[in-house]
Amino acid sequence: MSDSNIELMAHLMRRAGFGAGRDELERCADQGYEATVEELLDTSNANNMPDDLIRRYHVEQSELRDLAGSAAYWMYRMISTDKPLEEKMALFWHGLFATGYTKLNQARSQLNQVEMFRRNGLGRFDEMLLEISRDPAMLVWLDNNDNHGDAINENYGRELLELFSMGIGNYTEDDIKECARAFTGWTLGNAEYMAVRAQKDSIWPYGRIAWHYDYRDDDHDDGEKTFLGETGNFNGEDIIGIIAKQDATAEFICTRLFQFFAADEVTDEGRRAIDAMKETYFESGYEIKNVLRTLFNSEYFRSNEARFARVKGPVELVVGAIRMAGSYQTPTLGIEKVSNSMLYMGQGLLQPPTVEGWHEGVEWIDSGSLVERVNFAAKELSNTESPGVQAIINRLAESGGVLSPSEFADGCVDLLGPIDVSDDTRSVLVDYAANQGDLDLRNREPGGESEKRVGNMLRLIAATREYQLA
Amino acid sequence: MTTTKREKGLIVIQLSGGNDYLNTVVPYGDGRYYDSRSKVHIPQERVIPLNDEIGFNPSMNPMKTLWDEGKVAVINGIGYQNPNRSHFRAMDIWHTAEPDAIGTEGWLGRAIRDIDLQGDNVLTAVNFGRGLPRALGCPGVSVASVGDLATYGLFPDIEDEELRMFTLEAFSRMYGNVAGRDPVMSLLSKTGQDAYTGADILRTAPEQYSSTVEYRSDSLSQNVKSIAQVFLADLGTKIYYTQHGSFDTHSGELPTHASLWDDVAGSVGSLMDDLKEHGRDDDAAVLIFSEFGRRIKDNGTGSDHGSGGVAFLIGGAVNGGLYGEYPSLAEADQLEGDLRPNNDFRSTYSAILDKWLGLDPDPIVNGQFEQFDLFRS
Repeated sequence: MSDSNIELMAHLMRRAGFGAGRDELERCADQGYEATVEELLDTSNANNMPDDLIRRYHVEQSELRDLAGSAAYWMYRMISTDKPLEEKMALFWHGLFATGYTKLNQARSQLNQVEMFRRNGLGRFDEMLLEISRDPAMLVWLDNNDNHGDAINENYGRELLELFSMGIGNYTEDDIKECARAFTGWTLGNAEYMAVRAQKDSIWPYGRIAWHYDYRDDDHDDGEKTFLGETGNFNGEDIIGIIAKQDATAEFICTRLFQFFAADEVTDEGRRAIDAMKETYFESGYEIKNVLRTLFNSEYFRSNEARFARVKGPVELVVGAIRMAGSYQTPTLGIEKVSNSMLYMGQGLLQPPTVEGWHEGVEWIDSGSLVERVNFAAKELSNTESPGVQAIINRLAESGGVLSPSEFADGCVDLLGPIDVSDDTRSVLVDYAANQGDLDLRNREPGGESEKRVGNMLRLIAATREYQLA
Repeated sequence: MTTTKREKGLIVIQLSGGNDYLNTVVPYGDGRYYDSRSKVHIPQERVIPLNDEIGFNPSMNPMKTLWDEGKVAVINGIGYQNPNRSHFRAMDIWHTAEPDAIGTEGWLGRAIRDIDLQGDNVLTAVNFGRGLPRALGCPGVSVASVGDLATYGLFPDIEDEELRMFTLEAFSRMYGNVAGRDPVMSLLSKTGQDAYTGADILRTAPEQYSSTVEYRSDSLSQNVKSIAQVFLADLGTKIYYTQHGSFDTHSGELPTHASLWDDVAGSVGSLMDDLKEHGRDDDAAVLIFSEFGRRIKDNGTGSDHGSGGVAFLIGGAVNGGLYGEYPSLAEADQLEGDLRPNNDFRSTYSAILDKWLGLDPDPIVNGQFEQFDLFRS
C-alpha cells in the first residue's frame, strides 16, 4: 500500500542513518535517491544539541570523565544530529576498533577517539589506521605505551592485524612481532610522569590529565624488519602502508562495511557488491566515502533482497525509536537510564565487551535482550505526547479521520516504517485494532481515548518480530 | 512448566581476559617464580599458604575459608594441547570444547539440550549479564539472559492490567507463528515465546527471596546475588552463568588483579554463606575458569597472554583439594615461555557433566576424557 519510493528511502535512511519520519522521507523521495546518498555522504557542518545547553542540565556531561554521562552525551549527539551518517560511521569504527572503558577509566579519551572517528570516518582507510595507532585511548587500551624498543608488547601489533585490518590467517606470528617492533616508541606524551601518577592515583590512573600522543625516537626499534614479505627499517607508517595495499585488507574492511550497512549474511548478489566495493577501495586510494557510495548505489543495496536483511543493533534500535518518536530533543535528567538500556540489550556505548567488539546479527537476539528491546521501543513509541507520535496521528487523520481496523493497522505499519510485516503479524494487528471497532480521530483530545488507541497500536508494532530488523 | 523440586545447580563464573594463574595460585615456594616475576609478583609474606609450595592471592580470603572447609577443588595446569593465545579463539575453545575445529555449539548449550530434550522449561539455563556467551549457545536451545532481575518482564510500563494482558496475548500470537523458512524470523519467534514464558516466572524470584547475607556492590557480586535468588526460588534452573573482567592485565596488573579477585572471592564467599543459610550449600557447584593464563615472565607492569591456567570448583558436595600438577617453572619444561598445561579442560567438564548433572559427557565434549574425582559420593 505504501509508495515504493518511500520504502526505498526508508531503507536507505535506516541504514545510512537511524531511520526517518514521513516528512523527511518525502523530502528525500522528491530530491531522488542518488542526491540523497550524496547528501548523507556530506557530513560537514553537522548541527546537533549544543554543548552549552547540555551542560546547563548535566554536570556529569561537562566533565565527561565517567562512563554513564559520557555514553549519554554521545547518545544525545546521535539523537539530535542532522548528519546521521557521521554518527553511524563513528559507531561502525567504535565497533571495529573497540576500545572499552573498563580498562581506561577515562571516558574523555574515548570521546576524543569518537571525535577522531567523526573527523576521519569517511576518509582514507590507511589514514584511519594511522590515527587509531596514535590515539591515546587505543595506546592504553592495547598497551602500546608498554611496547618498548628493548621489550616489545605485542598486544597492539597482533590486534592491528587480526581485528583491525586483515583478519586471522593472512599473516604469521613473526609478522605480529615485526609489526609490534615497528610500533615501538608510539606512546603517550609525558609517559614517565603519567606512570608516577598511575601509581599514586589508582582509581583514575591516567585520568586527571588529558592524554596525548608522543613519538619517542629513543624508544623505537629502528632495526631491519621483515613484514608480509617486505624488508626494511620499517616504522609504523610503513607497516600501515603495507597493510592498506593487501587484498585481505580490502576484503576485510569492505565485508565489515557491507555487514554493518547492507546485510548480516553475504549472498551471491551481496558478494558482487563487496567485489565492487573492493574495486573502489583500490581505485580511490582507500577512500571509505567512495566505497560507501558504491555500496549505497549498488543494485544489491537497492534491491528487495537487502531490505530488512539486518538485525537492528541495540544502538540503532534505541536511537531509531527515539528519533521516530521525536523525544529527548532537549536535555533530560535521568538520560543515563536511556543509554543504559542499550547496555542491557548488549551494546553499551564506550563499553564493548572485548577488543573484538560486538557479535552482531542474530547474536543480538536472546530472550533477555529481546525483552529489553521490545520494552524500550514499545514504551517510547506508545507515548502520544511525543512530537513524532503526534505527527503519525495527524497523518492518520488526514484522510477523513475515521479508519476501519485494517486501515488503522496498515496506516500505523506504514508510518512507522514502512515495515514489511508478515500476513500473520498483520492479522494480529488488525484483530487488536478491531477490538474497539473503527478509529475516529475527528474530535480527538490530546491524550484522549482515540490518541491512546494509536499509541497502543504503535506499541504493539514496536513489539513485532519485524520491528527487530533494519 | 516449573518444578518445585530442589535441583542441583551448576554455577559458572567466567573470568574474561585471561586470569594470571601465577598470581592467583602463587608458587611462592619456588624461587624461579620470583626470578621470572621480578616486578609483578605477590611477596611471600602476603601469600595465603595452601601448603609449603603454593598459596592463594591475598585477595582470596573468602575462598581460603571454603578451602579449609574442604569445599574447594583447585584444578592446576588446566588447558589443552597447542594453546591459542587469541582471547577470542581461546574463549571459543573453552566454550565449544573444540580445540581443533571451529565449533558452533556451546558445551553447556548441548548440556541444556540433553537435560531438557523437549525444551519444556525455558529457564533450564539462565545467564546473568549482557550478551549470551557462546558456551550457552546451541541451535534450538533457549536460555534466558537477564540484565537486571528486578525489572525483568514484557510491557512493564502498561499500568492498566487488562490492557497489558490483552497486549501480551497479541504478542504471544505474533511470536507463535514459527512457520516459514526464514531462519531469522524463526529464531525471533522462538526467542519471543521463551521470553514471554520465562519472564513472569523469573520476576517472582526476588520477591520470594530473603537473606541476611550482604553481597558486595560490584557487578559480579550483584549478578551472583541474582543467581542466589533464582537458585533459591526453585524454578527448575540447572545452569547459571555470569562473567567478570577484564583480567587482561597487560599493564598495571597488581592493583587490578587484586581488585578483581576481591570481587570473585567475595561474591563466591557470600553465595556459599547465602546457600548455607538456606540449607542448600550441598546443591550448588561453582566452576570458575578463564580462557588462558599468562606468560611466566612479567613485562614490567603486567603480563602478556600465555597458556596453562587454573580452574576452581567450589561447593558443599565438592571433594576439596588439589588436582592436576602445578606446571614446572623450569626452563626446559616451559612451552615457549608459558606454563605447560597437563590436564585437558574437557576432563573437568566431563566430571561435572557426568557426576553433577548426570549426563553422558562424551558427545558433549567431543571425546572421552579421564575424570578427576571432583565430587564427594
